[in-house]
Amino acid sequence: MAETATHTDHAADHGHHSSTGLSNNKLAMWLFLGSECLLFGGLISTYMLYRGRVQNGPHPSQIYDIPFTSVSSFVLLMSSLTMVLAVTSAQRDDDARTNLWLTITALLGATFIGGQVYEFTTFYREGLGFTTSLFSSSFYSLTGFHGVHVSVGVIMLLSTMGIIKRNKITGNKAEVVELVGLYWHFVDIVWIIIFTLIYLIPS
Amino acid sequence: MSTETQTQSHEHGMSDTGYIKIALILAAITALEVSTYYVDFGPLFMPSLMIMMVVKFVMVVSYFMHLKFDSKIFSFLFYTGLGLALFVYIVALATFKFFIA
Repeated sequence: MAETATHTDHAADHGHHSSTGLSNNKLAMWLFLGSECLLFGGLISTYMLYRGRVQNGPHPSQIYDIPFTSVSSFVLLMSSLTMVLAVTSAQRDDDARTNLWLTITALLGATFIGGQVYEFTTFYREGLGFTTSLFSSSFYSLTGFHGVHVSVGVIMLLSTMGIIKRNKITGNKAEVVELVGLYWHFVDIVWIIIFTLIYLIPS
Repeated sequence: MSTETQTQSHEHGMSDTGYIKIALILAAITALEVSTYYVDFGPLFMPSLMIMMVVKFVMVVSYFMHLKFDSKIFSFLFYTGLGLALFVYIVALATFKFFIA
């Protein structure tokens, strides 16, 4: 009886668990990330097909600022480190450090978004609008969608910090932080692909 | 789920130092990737960039996202999506290459 009670307590602490012994929340997040691969697969395919279609406006090699984008990539990569440190702090029940690492991750994410806004503004001033060419449309769609995902990630990080500070998490706190972390790492791996295929490999 | 299994799920993964080492390796690979923009790698340019991209991708997924230490079901769900995405890409490219061009 006591054993059953302990088991129920654990289930409440760690969220809902299925007959597989795995967290349903985590299973759903991985399924979601698998489907997100399809979204970005389609966008990357479209870009790869249209990257050479420059009827009007500047060519990719004329406008890409590789040193600037490299710094942005580095910032996003390091945000993955701070995110995983937030997850390990949450697993140790260290709320102060969890919030610290989440704050740094959100700041790094915001820096990346700031860099993307600057890049888009510069490109637009150089004559690359959304409808200038097939290249520009596919470029802005792909990198714009990724930027939206990073922005959503920053909102998720800030929300997680808020609910941890207010002690509003009823289930497993570490799992909540881990789920946000999975999403955050996903936007990082998508950028790893974008940075190589779009920026470093010339059309 | 037993208490033992719960404890294991909390303790899976690496130490903070381990994660920092992974991040340093990722930063070094990124630096190497950027160097291909300035240094002529000749015929190795494309293969080296693709290999570095895949290595970075796998390292983040395996270590930072804990797939290496987690249930194989998660790996199946994610890599199925990734495989389908690659399939979409290959089909789209093949369509344009063989039927439209």
